[in-house]
Amino acid sequence: MLENTKLKLVVEKEFCKGCGICVAFCPKDVLILEKGKVKVENLDACIQCGQCELRCPDYAIYLGGN
Amino acid sequence: MPSKLVDKYFRTDSLPHIWCPGCGNGIVTRAIVKAIDNLNLNQEDVCIVSGIGCSSRASGYLDFNTIHTTHGRALAFATGIKFANPNLHVIVITGDGDCAAIGGNHLIHAARRNIDLTTIVFNNNIYGMTGGQYSPTTPTGDKGTTAPYGNIDANFDLCELAKASGATYVSRSTVYGANMIIKQVEEGIKNKGFSFIETITICPTYYGRKNKKGDAVDMMNYLKENTVNKIAYEKLSEEKRKDKIIVGEIYKGQRPEYVEEYEKIIESF
Amino acid sequence: MAEKIVKLMQGNEACVEGAIAAGMRFYAGYPITPSTEIAELSAEKLPRIGGKFIQMEDEIASISAIIGASLTGKKSMTATSGPGFSLKQEGIGYAVAAEVPCVIVNVQRGGPSTGLPTSPAQGDIMQARWGTHGDHSIIALYPSTVREIYDTTIKAFNLSEKYRTPVILLMDEVIGHMREKIEIPDPDEIKIINRKKPNVKPDEYLPYKIEENDMIPAMANFGEGYRYHVTGLIHDETGFPTSNHRIAENLVNRLVNKIKDNADDIVEYEEYLMEDAEQIIVAYGATARSAKSAINQLREEGVKIGLFRPITIWPMAEKQLKIIAKKVNRITVVEMNMGQYFNEVDRVAGKYTKVDKYSRVHGELITPEEIVSFIKEG
Repeated sequence: MLENTKLKLVVEKEFCKGCGICVAFCPKDVLILEKGKVKVENLDACIQCGQCELRCPDYAIYLGGN
Repeated sequence: MPSKLVDKYFRTDSLPHIWCPGCGNGIVTRAIVKAIDNLNLNQEDVCIVSGIGCSSRASGYLDFNTIHTTHGRALAFATGIKFANPNLHVIVITGDGDCAAIGGNHLIHAARRNIDLTTIVFNNNIYGMTGGQYSPTTPTGDKGTTAPYGNIDANFDLCELAKASGATYVSRSTVYGANMIIKQVEEGIKNKGFSFIETITICPTYYGRKNKKGDAVDMMNYLKENTVNKIAYEKLSEEKRKDKIIVGEIYKGQRPEYVEEYEKIIESF
Repeated sequence: MAEKIVKLMQGNEACVEGAIAAGMRFYAGYPITPSTEIAELSAEKLPRIGGKFIQMEDEIASISAIIGASLTGKKSMTATSGPGFSLKQEGIGYAVAAEVPCVIVNVQRGGPSTGLPTSPAQGDIMQARWGTHGDHSIIALYPSTVREIYDTTIKAFNLSEKYRTPVILLMDEVIGHMREKIEIPDPDEIKIINRKKPNVKPDEYLPYKIEENDMIPAMANFGEGYRYHVTGLIHDETGFPTSNHRIAENLVNRLVNKIKDNADDIVEYEEYLMEDAEQIIVAYGATARSAKSAINQLREEGVKIGLFRPITIWPMAEKQLKIIAKKVNRITVVEMNMGQYFNEVDRVAGKYTKVDKYSRVHGELITPEEIVSFIKEG
């Protein structure tokens, strides 16, 4: 999983509709909703499982970049 | 900047999409694209055909050969496309109203022919685009704007319908278990014949609100708690089976595929 | 020069032969009297030349399938009659809006509803024009002999490709089922028109962009590397839906005008004994044959009468009819309906001359004798 350690969570705020699905199903409570948009609150806890990206209906959060 | 996957396969200038907050359609659409990516298909060789309804808006967001057809007819258009150009991977995106009500006849006949199409039904149990009328998959007793006293129609089991009609790959998944959608779409595309994938999606805006199912998270939790794999389901008691959503591969069979059978006739001359 | 092939052929068969000569390689249909032979013969002939035939579950599925097939570049056709033509309207509207070439044959039968399945009628004139909802233009052709069915079927394909529009071929039951000797033209003599392909790279392609002085956008086929979006919704030049009012109006105007403004290219008609005519008959299809015979009889009796026979029913030969109306003192429209084309002829010619109608809807051909006595009654 070395490669994965390089990935970070990216939020595309403009796409977010604030449904809260990613927040609810993040196994490590990394995310919160703030002013109706998703926010990465506790990045250190992220295990890069990709559940948020998988279930985000709006393509507003994903694992990517460096 | 959207993810690489979205950037490659979506027409990103048309995002964000029109679907309501918490609508599961975006989850299914991404899963379809992920399956296409996993299979390494060329975008030029993929044709996405959709009908009319919330689900069918998906075609416009996707960067392939795409066609948004008339209500219920996606499978008939797709049949023409596939039969005329068998080199295309033809994927049909449809909804429960589109494919089981107005398009029900096309569904059973496409399955009967076992024509090589991959059909993904976004089943949200309601007509969303027109504002919450009951559909052929609205559970009996549930409400819609046209069933204000509760729906007295029996609801379709779409997978059983597709199987009985002759589909050679039939499966069900939910937007909660979206990884399963990806696997099933891959299997569906690989199957040389008619593939039918029912994805249970959520409509918090109409179905959820009308039937007091809570918000998107509540509806996702419902799917999480009430989904059971086909094998596990068979082991459940009659009592525990009630209201369970059976997921997984429902049926896999082998039958001659329509276009190939016709090509044999052509080759015989 | 090779010897001409002469064949005794049924009208419905001539339609299939003409379609194949025009390049038809895809047919989807649903059986219905009196058009069924077109499906049967297509089923027999198409696979022999590498084409495809499919019997769909209904008429809507059939027209949907041919639109899909046409998008991949195959010249496509469906045929139907009566109630089936009502079902085609959904797809006709889609093909108009998305500008997909295809040919819809309607071998007419008596209506309304299931009507008179085996009897001739010309009751679908206005349905061909306005059957699908919304403002639009349409091309409809109306042959009068078996040989002409062959030629007009080719023309129907050519016009559909040239103008990116569905073309309706209206036929009469009696001619569809009648056998006549026809001379098959040499393939080299047949003019074939194919849709205009894009001359830009895929990433520069705008599927509904038009060039100056040309209202027809270039059409790429699915599977050729040009990825684009097709929809029946109002769309801009990218093909994507829009509710922009200005774009909506421009699109509907272009769809209408691309046919209307090219009427001179599309309109075809026959004039018979018109030079010295003091009055004329307007008739089409099988009725025009009775009219011709009536005119011959009347001429023998010294009546200076001629025939104007539209082969292109829509768009209407308005310019020609106006000129004629100014020269003659009576126009009689003879047709097997309650006056559907009469109303149109009257609209165009009524202010210049007297326009009469002779209409029958009894499920039998109008005879020359009936026409003769109607004309004599004045």
